[in-house]
Amino acid sequence: MDFITTNGAALLFYLFAFLAVGAAVMVITLRNPVYSAISLLVTFLSVAALFLLRNAEFVAVVQIFVYGGGVMVLFLFVIMLVNLHRLREIQIFGVQWPVAAAIGFLFVVIIGLVVVTSSFGPLNPSPERLVDVDGEALGNSEAVAWMLYREYFVPFEIVSLFLLVAMIGAVVLARKE
Amino acid sequence: MDIGTSHYLVLSAVLFAIGLVGIATRRNLIIVLMSIELVLNSVNINLIAFSYQFSDLTGQVMAVFTIAVAAGEAAVGLGILVAFYRLRSTTDLDRAMELEG
Repeated sequence: MDFITTNGAALLFYLFAFLAVGAAVMVITLRNPVYSAISLLVTFLSVAALFLLRNAEFVAVVQIFVYGGGVMVLFLFVIMLVNLHRLREIQIFGVQWPVAAAIGFLFVVIIGLVVVTSSFGPLNPSPERLVDVDGEALGNSEAVAWMLYREYFVPFEIVSLFLLVAMIGAVVLARKE
Repeated sequence: MDIGTSHYLVLSAVLFAIGLVGIATRRNLIIVLMSIELVLNSVNINLIAFSYQFSDLTGQVMAVFTIAVAAGEAAVGLGILVAFYRLRSTTDLDRAMELEG
Protein backbone atom coordinates (compact mmCIF):
# COMPACT_ATOMS: atom_id res chain seq x y z
CA MET A 1 0.00 0.00 0.00
CA ASP A 2 2.86 2.35 0.82
CA PHE A 3 4.32 1.68 -2.60
CA ILE A 4 1.08 2.78 -4.29
CA THR A 5 0.72 5.98 -2.26
CA THR A 6 4.34 7.05 -2.64
CA ASN A 7 4.56 6.20 -6.35
CA GLY A 8 0.98 7.03 -7.29
CA ALA A 9 1.84 9.62 -9.93
CA ALA A 10 4.43 7.37 -11.57
CA LEU A 11 2.05 4.38 -11.60
CA LEU A 12 -0.69 6.50 -13.14
CA PHE A 13 1.76 7.79 -15.76
CA TYR A 14 2.81 4.27 -16.77
CA LEU A 15 -0.81 3.02 -16.77
CA PHE A 16 -2.03 5.78 -19.08
CA ALA A 17 1.15 5.78 -21.19
CA PHE A 18 0.83 2.06 -21.95
CA LEU A 19 -2.91 2.48 -22.52
CA ALA A 20 -2.25 5.30 -24.98
CA VAL A 21 0.50 3.44 -26.86
CA GLY A 22 -1.44 0.15 -26.96
CA ALA A 23 -4.58 1.84 -28.25
CA ALA A 24 -2.53 3.80 -30.80
CA VAL A 25 -1.04 0.55 -32.12
CA MET A 26 -4.57 -0.85 -32.37
CA VAL A 27 -5.67 2.23 -34.33
CA ILE A 28 -3.24 1.48 -37.15
CA THR A 29 -3.44 -2.34 -37.08
CA LEU A 30 -7.17 -3.13 -36.79
CA ARG A 31 -9.09 -3.86 -39.98
CA ASN A 32 -12.48 -2.41 -39.03
CA PRO A 33 -12.43 1.45 -38.97
CA VAL A 34 -15.05 1.52 -36.19
CA TYR A 35 -12.70 -0.41 -33.89
CA SER A 36 -9.89 1.94 -34.89
CA ALA A 37 -12.07 4.93 -33.98
CA ILE A 38 -12.85 3.47 -30.54
CA SER A 39 -9.12 2.79 -29.96
CA LEU A 40 -8.40 6.37 -30.99
CA LEU A 41 -10.91 7.51 -28.35
CA VAL A 42 -9.03 5.47 -25.71
CA THR A 43 -5.77 7.15 -26.79
CA PHE A 44 -7.33 10.62 -26.57
CA LEU A 45 -8.72 9.99 -23.09
CA SER A 46 -5.41 8.52 -21.84
CA VAL A 47 -3.54 11.55 -23.17
CA ALA A 48 -6.07 13.79 -21.39
CA ALA A 49 -5.28 11.94 -18.14
CA LEU A 50 -1.56 12.49 -18.80
CA PHE A 51 -2.27 16.23 -19.21
CA LEU A 52 -3.99 16.18 -15.80
CA LEU A 53 -0.84 14.64 -14.29
CA ARG A 54 1.13 17.64 -15.62
CA ASN A 55 -1.19 20.26 -14.02
CA ALA A 56 -2.81 21.19 -17.35
CA GLU A 57 -6.44 20.85 -16.26
CA PHE A 58 -7.88 23.22 -18.85
CA VAL A 59 -6.12 21.57 -21.80
CA ALA A 60 -7.14 18.13 -20.50
CA VAL A 61 -10.83 19.12 -20.50
CA VAL A 62 -10.51 20.77 -23.93
CA GLN A 63 -8.89 17.56 -25.17
CA ILE A 64 -11.85 15.49 -23.94
CA PHE A 65 -14.42 17.94 -25.37
CA VAL A 66 -12.84 18.55 -28.76
CA TYR A 67 -11.19 15.21 -29.49
CA GLY A 68 -13.30 12.81 -27.44
CA GLY A 69 -16.49 14.64 -28.39
CA GLY A 70 -16.25 16.56 -31.65
CA VAL A 71 -13.56 14.85 -33.71
CA MET A 72 -14.68 11.36 -32.63
CA VAL A 73 -18.32 12.03 -33.63
CA LEU A 74 -17.04 13.37 -36.98
CA PHE A 75 -15.00 10.20 -37.59
CA LEU A 76 -17.81 7.82 -36.63
CA PHE A 77 -20.29 9.79 -38.73
CA VAL A 78 -18.07 9.59 -41.82
CA ILE A 79 -17.39 5.87 -41.23
CA MET A 80 -21.16 5.31 -41.24
CA LEU A 81 -21.52 7.54 -44.33
CA VAL A 82 -19.14 5.48 -46.48
CA ASN A 83 -20.20 1.96 -47.32
CA LEU A 84 -18.00 -0.37 -45.27
CA HIS A 85 -18.99 -3.50 -47.12
CA ARG A 86 -17.17 -2.29 -50.21
CA LEU A 87 -14.03 -1.54 -48.21
CA ARG A 88 -12.99 -5.16 -47.61
CA GLU A 89 -9.30 -4.69 -48.23
CA ILE A 90 -7.28 -7.81 -48.85
CA GLN A 91 -4.20 -6.10 -47.43
CA ILE A 92 -4.73 -3.29 -44.97
CA PHE A 93 -1.08 -2.18 -45.19
CA GLY A 94 0.76 -1.04 -48.29
CA VAL A 95 3.79 -2.98 -49.54
CA GLN A 96 6.17 -0.44 -47.97
CA TRP A 97 5.24 -1.27 -44.36
CA PRO A 98 8.55 -2.94 -43.28
CA VAL A 99 10.52 0.15 -44.37
CA ALA A 100 8.06 2.47 -42.64
CA ALA A 101 8.14 0.43 -39.43
CA ALA A 102 11.96 0.40 -39.46
CA ILE A 103 12.11 4.17 -39.96
CA GLY A 104 9.57 4.69 -37.16
CA PHE A 105 11.60 2.48 -34.81
CA LEU A 106 14.80 4.34 -35.75
CA PHE A 107 13.04 7.65 -35.07
CA VAL A 108 12.05 6.53 -31.56
CA VAL A 109 15.60 5.26 -30.85
CA ILE A 110 17.19 8.53 -31.99
CA ILE A 111 14.76 10.72 -30.02
CA GLY A 112 15.18 8.43 -27.03
CA LEU A 113 18.97 8.71 -27.14
CA VAL A 114 18.81 12.50 -27.37
CA VAL A 115 16.24 12.77 -24.56
CA VAL A 116 18.00 10.39 -22.18
CA THR A 117 21.37 12.13 -22.58
CA SER A 118 19.96 15.66 -22.08
CA SER A 119 18.93 17.35 -18.85
CA PHE A 120 16.37 20.10 -18.42
CA GLY A 121 17.16 21.47 -14.96
CA PRO A 122 14.74 21.46 -12.01
CA LEU A 123 11.20 20.27 -12.72
CA ASN A 124 8.44 22.89 -12.32
CA PRO A 125 10.61 25.54 -10.59
CA SER A 126 7.71 27.89 -9.72
CA PRO A 127 4.34 26.04 -9.60
CA GLU A 128 2.45 29.21 -8.69
CA ARG A 129 3.01 30.56 -12.20
CA LEU A 130 0.69 27.86 -13.61
CA VAL A 131 -2.31 29.26 -11.67
CA ASP A 132 -1.29 32.90 -11.50
CA VAL A 133 -3.75 35.58 -12.62
CA ASP A 134 -2.27 39.05 -12.19
CA GLY A 135 -0.51 38.09 -8.95
CA GLU A 136 -3.45 36.12 -7.59
CA ALA A 137 -3.57 32.29 -7.47
CA LEU A 138 -6.98 31.58 -9.01
CA GLY A 139 -6.65 28.39 -11.06
CA ASN A 140 -5.37 26.85 -14.26
CA SER A 141 -8.38 27.71 -16.45
CA GLU A 142 -8.36 31.31 -15.27
CA ALA A 143 -4.61 31.58 -15.85
CA VAL A 144 -4.83 30.13 -19.38
CA ALA A 145 -7.74 32.45 -20.20
CA TRP A 146 -5.81 35.42 -18.82
CA MET A 147 -2.85 34.63 -21.02
CA LEU A 148 -4.99 33.80 -24.06
CA TYR A 149 -6.89 37.08 -23.97
CA ARG A 150 -4.04 39.36 -22.99
CA GLU A 151 -0.90 38.09 -24.71
CA TYR A 152 -2.28 35.88 -27.48
CA PHE A 153 -5.38 37.80 -28.45
CA VAL A 154 -4.52 38.23 -32.15
CA PRO A 155 -3.57 34.53 -32.66
CA PHE A 156 -6.79 33.63 -30.84
CA GLU A 157 -8.85 35.69 -33.29
CA ILE A 158 -6.93 34.22 -36.24
CA VAL A 159 -7.75 30.72 -34.96
CA SER A 160 -11.44 31.59 -34.80
CA LEU A 161 -11.23 32.86 -38.39
CA PHE A 162 -9.40 29.65 -39.35
CA LEU A 163 -12.17 27.54 -37.82
CA LEU A 164 -14.77 29.50 -39.80
CA VAL A 165 -12.82 28.93 -43.04
CA ALA A 166 -12.39 25.21 -42.20
CA MET A 167 -16.13 24.88 -41.54
CA ILE A 168 -17.08 26.54 -44.82
CA GLY A 169 -14.44 24.49 -46.66
CA ALA A 170 -15.73 21.21 -45.20
CA VAL A 171 -19.32 22.09 -46.16
CA VAL A 172 -18.30 23.05 -49.71
CA LEU A 173 -16.17 19.89 -50.14
CA ALA A 174 -18.81 17.47 -48.87
CA ARG A 175 -21.76 19.12 -50.66
CA LYS A 176 -23.56 17.30 -53.46
CA GLU A 177 -23.16 18.87 -56.90
CA MET B 1 10.43 7.45 -8.52
CA ASP B 2 9.74 10.71 -10.27
CA ILE B 3 8.28 11.14 -13.72
CA GLY B 4 10.41 13.69 -15.53
CA THR B 5 9.98 15.53 -18.79
CA SER B 6 12.05 12.89 -20.61
CA HIS B 7 9.38 10.23 -19.89
CA TYR B 8 6.82 12.42 -21.61
CA LEU B 9 9.14 13.15 -24.52
CA VAL B 10 9.78 9.43 -25.13
CA LEU B 11 6.05 8.67 -24.93
CA SER B 12 5.37 11.49 -27.37
CA ALA B 13 8.04 10.18 -29.76
CA VAL B 14 6.48 6.69 -29.64
CA LEU B 15 3.00 8.05 -30.41
CA PHE B 16 4.47 10.22 -33.19
CA ALA B 17 6.22 7.22 -34.75
CA ILE B 18 3.05 5.10 -34.56
CA GLY B 19 1.11 7.88 -36.27
CA LEU B 20 3.84 8.27 -38.89
CA VAL B 21 3.84 4.54 -39.69
CA GLY B 22 0.05 4.66 -39.94
CA ILE B 23 0.17 7.59 -42.36
CA ALA B 24 2.83 5.93 -44.49
CA THR B 25 1.42 2.40 -44.67
CA ARG B 26 -2.34 2.22 -44.23
CA ARG B 27 -4.36 2.13 -47.43
CA ASN B 28 -7.65 3.30 -45.90
CA LEU B 29 -7.95 7.10 -45.97
CA ILE B 30 -10.01 7.14 -42.74
CA ILE B 31 -7.19 5.45 -40.81
CA VAL B 32 -4.65 7.84 -42.34
CA LEU B 33 -6.66 10.79 -40.99
CA MET B 34 -6.79 9.11 -37.56
CA SER B 35 -2.99 8.70 -37.68
CA ILE B 36 -2.64 12.44 -38.39
CA GLU B 37 -4.68 13.08 -35.24
CA LEU B 38 -2.28 10.80 -33.32
CA VAL B 39 0.71 12.82 -34.56
CA LEU B 40 -0.88 16.15 -33.60
CA ASN B 41 -1.76 14.73 -30.18
CA SER B 42 1.85 13.66 -29.57
CA VAL B 43 2.95 17.24 -30.27
CA ASN B 44 0.51 18.40 -27.58
CA ILE B 45 2.12 16.02 -25.09
CA ASN B 46 5.47 17.70 -25.79
CA LEU B 47 3.99 21.18 -25.30
CA ILE B 48 2.36 20.25 -21.99
CA ALA B 49 5.49 18.47 -20.73
CA PHE B 50 7.67 21.52 -21.39
CA SER B 51 5.02 23.86 -19.97
CA TYR B 52 5.28 21.93 -16.69
CA GLN B 53 9.07 21.64 -16.91
CA PHE B 54 9.56 25.41 -17.03
CA SER B 55 6.35 26.47 -15.20
CA ASP B 56 5.37 28.45 -18.27
CA LEU B 57 1.76 28.68 -19.40
CA THR B 58 2.72 29.46 -23.01
CA GLY B 59 2.91 25.74 -23.77
CA GLN B 60 -0.67 25.19 -22.61
CA VAL B 61 -1.92 28.12 -24.72
CA MET B 62 -0.09 26.69 -27.75
CA ALA B 63 -1.65 23.28 -27.03
CA VAL B 64 -5.11 24.90 -27.20
CA PHE B 65 -4.18 26.38 -30.60
CA THR B 66 -2.93 22.99 -31.79
CA ILE B 67 -6.20 21.35 -30.75
CA ALA B 68 -8.16 24.00 -32.69
CA VAL B 69 -6.03 23.44 -35.80
CA ALA B 70 -6.41 19.65 -35.44
CA ALA B 71 -10.20 19.99 -35.25
CA GLY B 72 -10.24 22.13 -38.41
CA GLU B 73 -7.92 19.67 -40.14
CA ALA B 74 -10.21 16.75 -39.25
CA ALA B 75 -13.25 18.59 -40.61
CA VAL B 76 -11.58 19.47 -43.93
CA GLY B 77 -9.90 16.05 -44.24
CA LEU B 78 -13.16 14.21 -43.73
CA GLY B 79 -14.84 16.56 -46.21
CA ILE B 80 -12.20 15.60 -48.78
CA LEU B 81 -12.77 11.94 -47.85
CA VAL B 82 -16.51 12.22 -48.51
CA ALA B 83 -15.86 13.96 -51.86
CA PHE B 84 -13.32 11.26 -52.79
CA TYR B 85 -15.76 8.51 -51.83
CA ARG B 86 -18.47 10.06 -54.05
CA LEU B 87 -16.01 10.05 -56.95
CA ARG B 88 -14.47 6.58 -56.55
CA SER B 89 -16.91 4.67 -54.29
CA THR B 90 -13.96 3.59 -52.14
CA THR B 91 -11.61 5.06 -49.53
CA ASP B 92 -8.59 3.08 -50.75
CA LEU B 93 -5.70 5.50 -51.18
CA ASP B 94 -4.16 3.40 -53.99
CA ARG B 95 -7.13 4.45 -56.08
CA ALA B 96 -6.25 8.14 -55.64
CA MET B 97 -3.48 8.24 -58.21
CA GLU B 98 -5.02 10.56 -60.85
CA LEU B 99 -5.81 14.17 -60.15
CA GLU B 100 -8.66 14.54 -62.60
CA GLY B 101 -12.10 13.17 -61.85
